[in-house]
Amino acid sequence: MNLDLIIGILNIVLISTTPLVLAGIGELVTEKSGVLNLGLEGLMLMGAVTGFVTLVLTGNYFFSLFFSIISGIILSGIFAFLVLNLMTNQIATGLALTIFGIGLSAMIGKNFSGTPIDGLSPYYLIIFSFLLVFFVSYFLSKTKSGLIVRAVGENHNSAYALGYNVIKTRYLTIIFGGVMSSLAGFYISVCYAPMWQEGMIAGRGWIALALVVFATWKPWRLLVGAYIFGGVAIMQMNLQAFGVKLPGQFFNMMPYLATLIVLVFISSNKIRLKLSAPSCLNIPYEKNS
Amino acid sequence: MAYLISIKLREDYSNFIFYLSPLVAVFLTLFFGSFIFLILDLSPIESFKIFFISPISNSYGISELFVKATPLAIIALGLSYCFKNNIYNIGAEGQLTMGAIFGGGIGLLFNNSSSILLLPSMILFGAIGGAFWATIPALLKTKFNTNEILTSLMLTYVALFILDYFVVGPWKDPDGYGLPKSMPFPESGRLPVLFDGLRIHIGVYFAIIICFISYIVFNKTLFGFKLRVSGFSSKASQYAGFKYKNLIFYTFIISGACAGLAGLFEVSGPIGLLYRDISPNYGFTAIIVAFLGRLNPIGIILSSLLIALTYLGAEDAQLFLKIPSAVGFVFQGLVLFFLLGTDFLNKYRISIK
Repeated sequence: MNLDLIIGILNIVLISTTPLVLAGIGELVTEKSGVLNLGLEGLMLMGAVTGFVTLVLTGNYFFSLFFSIISGIILSGIFAFLVLNLMTNQIATGLALTIFGIGLSAMIGKNFSGTPIDGLSPYYLIIFSFLLVFFVSYFLSKTKSGLIVRAVGENHNSAYALGYNVIKTRYLTIIFGGVMSSLAGFYISVCYAPMWQEGMIAGRGWIALALVVFATWKPWRLLVGAYIFGGVAIMQMNLQAFGVKLPGQFFNMMPYLATLIVLVFISSNKIRLKLSAPSCLNIPYEKNS
Repeated sequence: MAYLISIKLREDYSNFIFYLSPLVAVFLTLFFGSFIFLILDLSPIESFKIFFISPISNSYGISELFVKATPLAIIALGLSYCFKNNIYNIGAEGQLTMGAIFGGGIGLLFNNSSSILLLPSMILFGAIGGAFWATIPALLKTKFNTNEILTSLMLTYVALFILDYFVVGPWKDPDGYGLPKSMPFPESGRLPVLFDGLRIHIGVYFAIIICFISYIVFNKTLFGFKLRVSGFSSKASQYAGFKYKNLIFYTFIISGACAGLAGLFEVSGPIGLLYRDISPNYGFTAIIVAFLGRLNPIGIILSSLLIALTYLGAEDAQLFLKIPSAVGFVFQGLVLFFLLGTDFLNKYRISIK
């Protein structure tokens, strides 16, 4: 194996893994504040389609990025309003968001599938994804605001008693997660593909969700986990090219199986405490109760 | 000028509002849907006609409505056991897939058989396959207290890849021009249709029977009472001496078996073989059906028909209005949003001072 080939493979891994890092980090922050958002797939699809359509219509990367982010803010804002103000079930609301996003993105993009565009270089967002992991890690562990986010996720009643605004904190983390998901979608349709196709996120939202658990809510572990998952996916294609007989489906299930094992591992309470799983995850906060 | 909005838990919890809110949600969905059609430069009335009326204006359409509603109703009825117990099994799609693999596998193994026992054993193994896949999250939940929402979701994708492995690998049809699909099941392994020339099949009877049994279980048996109590408070159920872990097991197995049954009915009924995309998201959509039907067996039958109509309407919309069939998902998502939203009014009283 020569050096060029290795660099080539590393480059492909780098390019294909970045959306998992972006969406995963967003969801990590949301979950740290105690909210489980299952709508990632829908948010990513909407971010992808708005970014792509805006680029086709205006030819301007800045507008494309801008509207993609706006879509993330609006949709995650709706999610936040439902789960925070109307105290709806987070699971059902997240699923509704995904189903709605699958449908709406297909409708918006129907006249644009197959339209050729000049893609943006992926390296801007790749560099951004590494910086993002650094800043989120710093934010959660070293800053006061990060501590508030964790406090809200750990015990919302205590956080409220200490005078922190639970609802506002969760609004911000949900919208941060939404923006990161739409950015991941933008990356896929404008930098990675670059094209639009119905359902093009192809389950990456669910893998990002799995990653957060796999990484036990730690940003650096999420980065490592994403590159393991991304690397395995690329390795699978190359191994098949070399004639290895192991079926590709078994590589594809590895993220999910690995997450299952981690889930079992962190379920016992003693380990859970050490591993910083937010204990208010998916528990609705009722202010006047 | 500051208005104080106060939100209080309702004390006069009303059954009337509880069953009214799905109707309000449907109405709001139609209202918003008409805006979507207007934006697309389509007449809302014409569009709704194509979406909701023309698909069921002939016997073929009505048969198709039941073909789509049957799996949704069966899965949602099973899920209602879990949801009543406050257990979130969201992996019905995976349990459906496992049911299709187990039951369909029997059909492929004995593909020369013309025995009348073939179909019953396929049905049995379909239910076993789904139940088996559901026992994994149940076991992890009861043994290790692992979050069942995430495990059942992860297992869904594992199941989909297992099906993919079988249809491109060992079970691939040698005469299938290399397409990722299995051989067709033998005639004796196909689900009988109710009328010649239509696809409506005997799965409908199963849905009705399961609905009837569930109604009795929920309202007339101790098991149904235990479900409601532990759904309200798992601690209360433990104080009352109910074996909460057993309840988790039973509800998971019931919902898994139902989903597996629905998966087998799909492959041995309308499809007739195994391939990658055996289900257009039935396992996830059934969650909407269960919520929309208020976890009430009769409500679930009604809501399964309504959601089935969004599938049919979406197909017609693609054909006649030239909009992607994914518009059906927009309606499904909206109706769930509105239902969850209107539930708020059900639980809380809002007053402005």
